[in-house]
Amino acid sequence: METSILAKAIVCGCSALGAGVAMIGGLGPGIGEGYAVGKALESMARQPEMKGTLTTTMLMGCAVAETTGLYSLIIALILLFVNPFTGLF
Amino acid sequence: MDLDITGAKILISIPELGGFMLTETVVVTWVVMLVLVLACRFMTKNLEVHPTKKRQIIAETIVGAAQNLVKSNMGEKYLGTWYLPFIGALFALSAGCSLSSLFGAYAPTSDLSTVLAWALFVFALITINKIKSNGIGGYLKSYTEPIPVMTPFNIIGEIATPVSMAFRHFGNIASGSVITALIYGGLSALSGLVLGLLPGALGQTLSNIPIFAAGIPAILSLYFDFFSSFLQAFIFCMLTMMYVSDAAGDAV
Repeated sequence: METSILAKAIVCGCSALGAGVAMIGGLGPGIGEGYAVGKALESMARQPEMKGTLTTTMLMGCAVAETTGLYSLIIALILLFVNPFTGLF
Repeated sequence: MDLDITGAKILISIPELGGFMLTETVVVTWVVMLVLVLACRFMTKNLEVHPTKKRQIIAETIVGAAQNLVKSNMGEKYLGTWYLPFIGALFALSAGCSLSSLFGAYAPTSDLSTVLAWALFVFALITINKIKSNGIGGYLKSYTEPIPVMTPFNIIGEIATPVSMAFRHFGNIASGSVITALIYGGLSALSGLVLGLLPGALGQTLSNIPIFAAGIPAILSLYFDFFSSFLQAFIFCMLTMMYVSDAAGDAV
C-alpha cells in the first residue's frame, strides 16, 4: 500500500516535470516564426504593393512552422490530463 | 480554486448499441450545421438578377471570395468542380465550430476526433487524385523514389500529412481553451487573494467575487477564440487546396 502511493507520487511528479520539459519545444517555433515575420516585414517595406500576398504566405508558413511546437504541447497536455502511466500502479 | 479542464462530455450513452455515445462534440456540430444551413437558406431566398437586398449582396460577396481563393490557389479549371463548394463548406464548418466557444459551448474542433475525420477525408481526396493522375502503378512507384531504400520514409511522410493537419487544428483550438481556463482560474484566485487583504466584512465579501477575472480574459479570447478560429479554418482550407491541386497535377 505504502509503496503504491509512493510510486504514484513519483509518477505524478515526473509527469509534471516531463510536461514542463516537453514545452521547451516551444522555443523552436518561436524563433522560426519571429524570423519569418521579420523577413516578411523587410519585404513589405521594400515592396508595399505585395502586402496582401506576403501576409497570406507568412501566416501560412507560420502555421506550418507551428506544428512542431504543437506536437510538444499535445505531449504536455497528455502527460497532465490523460496520463497513461498512472494506471500502471 | 477549482479548474475544469476536460474533454467533450458524454451526454447519452447506449451500451446496447455497441457502446454508442452521444458526446457534446456531436451535438454542438449539429447545431453549427443547422445554423449554417439556415443562414444559407435565408441568404439565398428570392434571388434577383440585379441584387437589391442586403442579404443577397453579402451572399454574393462570400461566394466571390471563395471563388477568388480557389482560383488563386488551385487554378481556373477548378472553379466549375465540386471543390469550390467543398472548400467553402469546410471553411464555414471549421470556423463555425471554433467560434461556438464564444457562446460558451464546447468547441467541436478542440476534440481530436472531429479534425482527424476531416483530415482523413482530405487524405482520401489526395490519394484518389494521385491515383487518378499517375495510375495505380505510378502511385505505388512514387513511394520508391528517388531510391527504393527511401520507401519507409516516404510512407511515414504520407501518413504525416493527415496527422499534422489534424494535430495543428486541434492543438491550436484546444490550447486556446486550456490557456483561457488557466488564466481565468488564476485571475479569480489572485483577486480573492488581493481583495482578501481588505479589512473587515468588506474584504470578506469582495474576495468572493472574482473582480480581476472580468475584462482581461476577453482580450485573450479575442485572439484565441476569434482570430485563431478564422486563421485555423483558413489554413486547413489552404493546405487542402494545395495538397489536392498538387496531387491532381494536370488531370482534373
